[in-house]
Amino acid sequence: MSATTTNPYETGEKAAVPAKDDGGLWGYLRGYGQRVRGGDMGALPAVLGMLVLTVVFSAARPSFLTPLNFANLLTQAGPIVVLGMGLVFVLLLGEIDLSAGFASGVCAAVLAIMLTTHGFPWYVGVAAAIATGVVIGLLLGFLVAKVGIPSFVVTLAGFLAFQGTVLWLLDEGTNISVRNEVIISLENEFMPPAVGWGLGALTVLGFAATQLIQQRNRRRRGLPALLWQVVTFRVVGLAVLVGVAVAVLNEERSRNALFSLKGVPIVVPVIGVLLLVWTFVLRRTAFGRHIYAVGGNREAARRAGIAVDRIRISAFVICSAMAAVSGILAASMARSVDPNTGGSNVLLYGVAAAVIGGTSLFGGKGRVLDAVLGGLVITMIINGMGLVGWSSAYKYVATGIVLLLAASVDAFSRRRSAASS
Amino acid sequence: MGTPLLELRGINKSFGPVQVLRDVAFTVHPGEVTALVGDNGAGKSTLVKCIGGIYPIDSGEYLMEGKQVHVHNPRDAASHGVEIVYQDLALCDNLDIVQNMFLGREKKSGMILDEPTMEQLAQQTLAGLSVRTVKSVRQQVASLSGGQRQTVAIAKAVLWNSKLVILDEPTAALGVAQTQQVLELVRRLADNGLAVVLISHNMNDVFAVSDRIAALYLGRMAAQVKTSDVTHSQVVELITSGRSGTLGLVEEGAAA
Ligand SMILES: Nc1ncnc2c1ncn2[C@@H]1O[C@H](COP(=O)(O)OP(=O)(O)O)[C@@H](O)[C@H]1O
Ligand SMILES: [Mg+2]
Repeated sequence: MSATTTNPYETGEKAAVPAKDDGGLWGYLRGYGQRVRGGDMGALPAVLGMLVLTVVFSAARPSFLTPLNFANLLTQAGPIVVLGMGLVFVLLLGEIDLSAGFASGVCAAVLAIMLTTHGFPWYVGVAAAIATGVVIGLLLGFLVAKVGIPSFVVTLAGFLAFQGTVLWLLDEGTNISVRNEVIISLENEFMPPAVGWGLGALTVLGFAATQLIQQRNRRRRGLPALLWQVVTFRVVGLAVLVGVAVAVLNEERSRNALFSLKGVPIVVPVIGVLLLVWTFVLRRTAFGRHIYAVGGNREAARRAGIAVDRIRISAFVICSAMAAVSGILAASMARSVDPNTGGSNVLLYGVAAAVIGGTSLFGGKGRVLDAVLGGLVITMIINGMGLVGWSSAYKYVATGIVLLLAASVDAFSRRRSAASS
Repeated sequence: MGTPLLELRGINKSFGPVQVLRDVAFTVHPGEVTALVGDNGAGKSTLVKCIGGIYPIDSGEYLMEGKQVHVHNPRDAASHGVEIVYQDLALCDNLDIVQNMFLGREKKSGMILDEPTMEQLAQQTLAGLSVRTVKSVRQQVASLSGGQRQTVAIAKAVLWNSKLVILDEPTAALGVAQTQQVLELVRRLADNGLAVVLISHNMNDVFAVSDRIAALYLGRMAAQVKTSDVTHSQVVELITSGRSGTLGLVEEGAAA
């Protein structure tokens, strides 16, 4: 469509909606309350979950609430959050990728082979790992969208096949260590305190600037804009959050006087950039809009002229590519790749991260931020149970229950929103 | 009467062995509401989907403003100014009104969605249709009533400089008041110069808003008449038996 498109109905006498949000701050809060009661709870369950877990675990083990454990938590969360981010795309379509865990294992194995066996530089290894993820995603997406096999079956087959592929790549189970400094630093190194402050400030300023520009543009066009109180609250809230986190992480964590351990983990800005990029794609581009549309009503999307197959394949490609990044982080964290990389409950954690954060298993609803929030909740559970000293038996059961709880919240909010319309 | 906006000649359409449309002729004029009537299974929805490019036609001619065109998909139809409001409303519940109205044809500045422009155009369109029942164009479609959803679907169809708007049973699921609103909206579209095709089972609705009536009978066009030239019972006869007095299909095998 070009700018010459004129609207034959532009001559409307009266606006269909009031040009300004009236009702003030109270109106806004009432609206929020209504949305929550109507089943649109957004980040609320994840944030409440984090608060409860913090209270419970720090009461049980004071070491839970220390700068050292906070840094551990963030690095531990890395692979889970990134995997969850990719899964959000597939879940948005109402599909599932059960093979994402082992796909990350395959990609990690490719990375390790490139770096350790063949001695390539880190960026070649990373490129090879991500390319492997893209190929896996293309294959899965093709089988789902073009051949028409349900994603549950395709990716269950992938789950087995990729598990085998990891074994094959690792010669029936030898473990390959990763010694490349750049890769290792991702999950094991920290930024100098000044850089942490700098990036933190940049984040807050960038957020404030985009919010202000957006609202000013809307006001200028006579469109209802957010109240300044709400914008201020968001910006100040983020500033406080980032400020406290950076301050805590910049404290000395080493108990040994001989070396220093402080700073924001490198993985944090890595996740920040991924969050920024994918949020932009989902919320600000037509491609992102079409992902929501296909997840909400595939037939409507098709009739609107959207290339539905291409969108579905792309979502699987993004998911597997993010699984590759998750595998790279896992390899960095463990400093090696073994047949269990990406195995056992990694996939479950990834799905749980997205769902706990508020992404729906029924498709059409979700954000990349969900995976960050939900991933932190999941990591707190794993980390806290580890500190309390629970056995694996309890850990598995507890994690399973948490996933079910999150899925119930999802099903419940879906029923609520269906009932309230 | 000038050239019709849309003219179909000898349209055939089969699904496998089942021939659903048989040698169908159909004309639609600008500024008029043409009611398309017929019993369940007569082929109304199929005809509309052929016009909209959802189904390819097997054979026949498709003329817009007197010129033959080829419509293979919804985009082709849209490029000729044809917009369809489907019986099963093609809206995404998880998107808001603006997002639905621009779905697949988003306004962009560079690669970024131009939300303010889309929101403004959506508001203006709704206002131009004198729609006052929607609170905010940023409401999710899931939260709308049946009549409001129908309104959004219609507004979506007229947003695009469309010349022909086809509505497939827009009032089937609505109450009395909402039906009235939608019918008024339909009439307003035609009065604004659009060609409108209205599929309906309700004779009162048909006689209230239409200028012409086209009756399909078992996949064939039984008759296309001026609404003012026929009575309720004649139309009902055309629907149920394909003929009414001198109107309608000639008995198979008789006069040729
Ligand atoms: N996609 C399809 N595949 C096979 N048969 C179909 C399909 N769509 C419609 N039909 C058949 O075509 C006939 C006409 O259907 P339709 O156009 O929906 O009728 P109407 O809208 O007039 O009630 C029916 O017998 C129906 O079963
Ligand atoms: Mg029908």
